[in-house]
Amino acid sequence: MLKEKYKNSKLYYLEHELLGKYTVTFFGIFLIILTICLVTFIATKGLATFFNNHYSPIEFLFSTVWKPDRGVSKGGPAIGTLIFIVGSVSVSLLALIISTPLSVSIAIFMTEISPKLGKKLLQPAIEVFTGIPSVVYGWVGLSVLVPLIRANFGGLGFSLLAGSLVLSIMIFPTIASVSADAIRAISRDYYEASLSIGATRWQTIWKIILPSAMPGILTGVVLGLARAFGEALAVQMVLGNTIRIPHSIVDSTVNMTSIITMDMGNTAMGTVWNNALWSMALLLLIMSFLFIILIHKIGKKGVSK
Amino acid sequence: MLKSKTADRLATVVLYIIASGIILLLLSFVGYLLYQGRERLNLHFIISSPVFMKEGGGIGPQLFNSLYIVFLSMIITVPIGLAAGVYLSEYSKPGKVTDIIRFCIEALASLPSIVIGLFGLLVFVSMTGWGYTLFSGALAVAVLNLPVITRISEDAIRNVPDTVKEASLAMGATHWQTIYKVIIPTALPALVTGLIMTSGRVFGEAAALLYTAGMSSPNLNFDDWNPFHIRSPLNPFRPAETLAVYIWKVNSEGLAPDARQIADGASAILIIFVFIFNIVSRFLGRVLSTKFAGRKN
Repeated sequence: MLKEKYKNSKLYYLEHELLGKYTVTFFGIFLIILTICLVTFIATKGLATFFNNHYSPIEFLFSTVWKPDRGVSKGGPAIGTLIFIVGSVSVSLLALIISTPLSVSIAIFMTEISPKLGKKLLQPAIEVFTGIPSVVYGWVGLSVLVPLIRANFGGLGFSLLAGSLVLSIMIFPTIASVSADAIRAISRDYYEASLSIGATRWQTIWKIILPSAMPGILTGVVLGLARAFGEALAVQMVLGNTIRIPHSIVDSTVNMTSIITMDMGNTAMGTVWNNALWSMALLLLIMSFLFIILIHKIGKKGVSK
Repeated sequence: MLKSKTADRLATVVLYIIASGIILLLLSFVGYLLYQGRERLNLHFIISSPVFMKEGGGIGPQLFNSLYIVFLSMIITVPIGLAAGVYLSEYSKPGKVTDIIRFCIEALASLPSIVIGLFGLLVFVSMTGWGYTLFSGALAVAVLNLPVITRISEDAIRNVPDTVKEASLAMGATHWQTIYKVIIPTALPALVTGLIMTSGRVFGEAAALLYTAGMSSPNLNFDDWNPFHIRSPLNPFRPAETLAVYIWKVNSEGLAPDARQIADGASAILIIFVFIFNIVSRFLGRVLSTKFAGRKN
């Protein structure tokens, strides 16, 4: 009797309905709190270079002189990071140039040419490619690609080319699967209308399907770019890590993630050198937020068309 | 007309070539790894400790650490991610807050893992005063994984048919009762599949762990399972180098003369585990979906 009464009471409702609702709401909000914490902490450390050590952002971004260990008597530590920025940008863009045509071709093949093979062979293959850890990509790059480049193109083998080839395989699944989804989302009416007026399959794909799927494909490309930009260990293993601007694609170079990975453990917290590394981490964070905003912009454009 | 037909045929052929090229690339990639690591695929290599400056070291502690970090990070992430997923799929209304949560999920998911590792270094290693510990590593990986788990949970719950939910509500169950007694069990197969697949990804993660779990593993005593003992493998407050970190370290500063073989063997093991996670998740997903949802996928 008492139990029955309790079950119909407000208290029961409060305990069983609102408690659950508020708990899950809290964890939803928690994601916002976590993001804010993350940004705040990285920003606090990353901005110390400019507010505590009084370096100008212009020097940080556009100077190629990276001498973080130079004594104050010789003009103080110099923390120009342009070499690393150029390294990151060139290796990711090159990876994108290699990977995008291949990924889009695979997406077209999976959706338009042979959906059966696509589902049975390519989909699982893409999943396996996604699952392979990045250090394994780096290791294979190091033991196969680097000697191959050394033998055929000269140089040490550790190079921009090796880095971008490794990255292009790593970002391939992202671009291919997002593009395939974009193509699948296009109404079949378009396809049939085009065929019925006498266009061939390829004409239809090239003139109708690809343009309509373009916003989705671009989203995939930006996601791939973001992944390439932030990848650390695989690139570090094959890039050679020489601090200089590369003059050809077989030159070795270094990027932001590599220098952070290598130097963070060797520098004391609070030093200019260490702060400069945190500023680079902040720069990586800002870049990845910009990529997300860019994707939103692309998505909106696709809708309004 | 003839020309466009030729172009059509040519394009088809080229696309077939590219597709088979990709499959070939994958096969040779995996084949190469397994072939190179074949001599190390034995029990001795898998369970024994690494030795320094000498040949014949194994990867026992590293493999254990990888699995332990996966386990700990999942214990932390799954409840939070599931709760957030329930909120997004069942309670959130379209509006500013939901938009911000979605933006945060996207932003967190796209952050480079090295940046999350550095956040971990700052918060879980320095501010807590723990130093490089397995637990710090697990927390960093949890941050890395939270957006993924949230998405998986939200999708799994959204894909539960409305009829199931309506039937439960019609019988007088409250919304919350419906969620935890009906919706979550129905979504379980998809949840489990997604979670195990994510575990596979965590297993190979390295960048976020370099400066949180550390690049060394103390001498572990595998007979001591008291988590409070310093040399116990279960102690979460000890440095813990994982398999993926070890591969990276062996290549950059390996002192053993057989560093190359160690990296080959460890890569082969890593990729075999990724396959195991993949297969187990599919298998469990199938078993659970017949058991809980009474349907065959």
